[in-house]
Amino acid sequence: MMDIIGDLINFHLIPGIVLGSIYALGAIGLTLTFGILRFANFAHGEIMTLGAYFAWTLVQLTGWHPVAVMPIAMGLTVLVALGIDRGFYKPFRASPTIMLVIASFGMMLMVRSLVQLIWGVQIKTIMPGIQMPLVLFDWLRISPKHIIIVTSAVALMFAVHYLLTYTKIGKAMRAMSDSPELARLTGINTEAVIRATWIIGAALAAAAGALLALDTHIQTMMGFKLLLPVFAATILGGIGRPYGAVVGGLVIGLAEELSSYAWIGDTPLLNPGYKAGVAFAIMVAMLIWRPSGLFRGKVY
Amino acid sequence: MPTLELRNVVGGYGDTQILHGVTITVDPGEIVVIIGPNGAGKSTAIKAVFGLLNLSGGQVLLDGEDITNMPPEQVVRHGVCYVPQTANIFPSLTVEENLEMGAFVREDDFTPRLNEIYELFPPLKEKRRQAAGTLSGGQRQMVAMGKALMLEPRILLLDEPTAGLSPKFRGEIFSIVKTVHEAGTPILMVEQNAKQALRIADRGYVLVDGHNKYTGTGRELLDDSEVAVMFLGGAADGAKDKAGDGAA
Repeated sequence: MMDIIGDLINFHLIPGIVLGSIYALGAIGLTLTFGILRFANFAHGEIMTLGAYFAWTLVQLTGWHPVAVMPIAMGLTVLVALGIDRGFYKPFRASPTIMLVIASFGMMLMVRSLVQLIWGVQIKTIMPGIQMPLVLFDWLRISPKHIIIVTSAVALMFAVHYLLTYTKIGKAMRAMSDSPELARLTGINTEAVIRATWIIGAALAAAAGALLALDTHIQTMMGFKLLLPVFAATILGGIGRPYGAVVGGLVIGLAEELSSYAWIGDTPLLNPGYKAGVAFAIMVAMLIWRPSGLFRGKVY
Repeated sequence: MPTLELRNVVGGYGDTQILHGVTITVDPGEIVVIIGPNGAGKSTAIKAVFGLLNLSGGQVLLDGEDITNMPPEQVVRHGVCYVPQTANIFPSLTVEENLEMGAFVREDDFTPRLNEIYELFPPLKEKRRQAAGTLSGGQRQMVAMGKALMLEPRILLLDEPTAGLSPKFRGEIFSIVKTVHEAGTPILMVEQNAKQALRIADRGYVLVDGHNKYTGTGRELLDDSEVAVMFLGGAADGAKDKAGDGAA
């Protein structure tokens, strides 16, 4: 009996939570930019990739643990994101949304190609070697890196929660997400709010990339592959709703991993190759039945 | 010197000209009401003060200082606060957070002002931790006005504060406007419910097709039979029972 439950927890539930917290970090940034700047940022996935590569380079240079270099990788990614906003998005601020969406699509291709030029297209590992999992009660096996990933993600989520609830700029971000026009009439410094949004969004995206790299490996398409589940998590939680993004991320991560458990008979319910399809199915279903998401976000 | 003065203001949105030379003056301590038929440019006149449309002629003066065509974020910093007709609160923020956002440009400690606002609108204190979007229409207007008052503005601009409210709430809003005014803030207000508005107004302006049509004290306009027939939906106030609709 413990074997069966152990199998479910060790190989599906825990990986689902790990993947879910990574998706959640990505989705918070995406939902904030979506809510405040009012456009779907397709380059968000590449920002995650960039964070992973910065972390990899820093690990090579310093020999420190990936989590130790993560803050620096986040800082570097933030600088790039602010530069992108300044050079490519700011000129379109007053233009129709579709122009920003297309600009972000172009940005996605440019950043990915740059990453490929700088770091090459081969798969890299950020922490070589195999780690032995911790075994508890004879059946529960938890890998130390999974504990690190989930703990880091939760710590970052609390930091964002604190920022949005208790700081002036965080409250202004929520206000602008409610109504950009009223924010301007109220005298809120909207450019400062936009800057804060990029800083938080890019920092979390970089963390998501670095943590995913720690869990698996690094490749130039990793951000693009993350884009679909992260968008699904954003829509599931409700656009502009950071708490929704956390829940959405966890639900998508768990759904992907649990879908390949042998719920009926001995074979996986769904071939693991269809994991990405699970996120897509949830996203489509939400768009049809409840486009405002679980947390009543915006509908465009 | 008038607190606010629109001098022969001409302008509109894009190529559409709406104001064809509008002159409005608000003296210190006054409530001034703009009334007129739909499409007369009443709300547009207020938006002109707040830098929300391009003026091709005329001047907007705040305590004698030229603020013509100044962008809204600057106008706020000069102490002019504007409460739009709709979408005038942040619904997902709590009541208190809405008020804090109203004080965004303030660098000093605004807690004393916050307490003054709560004294002015006691229901807001009770519901300060509640999301503003969950309040009733009248209380939302209190949040909107309280938010604007956080800056201790030199003048408050109100765009149809009673639009879409039931007669009961309308009376409540007019008494709030009076309270705010008695607390020392001059008010320029656009109103659809012209009669009630003129009763609390020091002066009124009737705009028609983007021009000044009539000007006078609230009383004068209420008693003017021509104004009454054309814009107040009936005979002059003096000619019938004044207690008619139980105005504030």
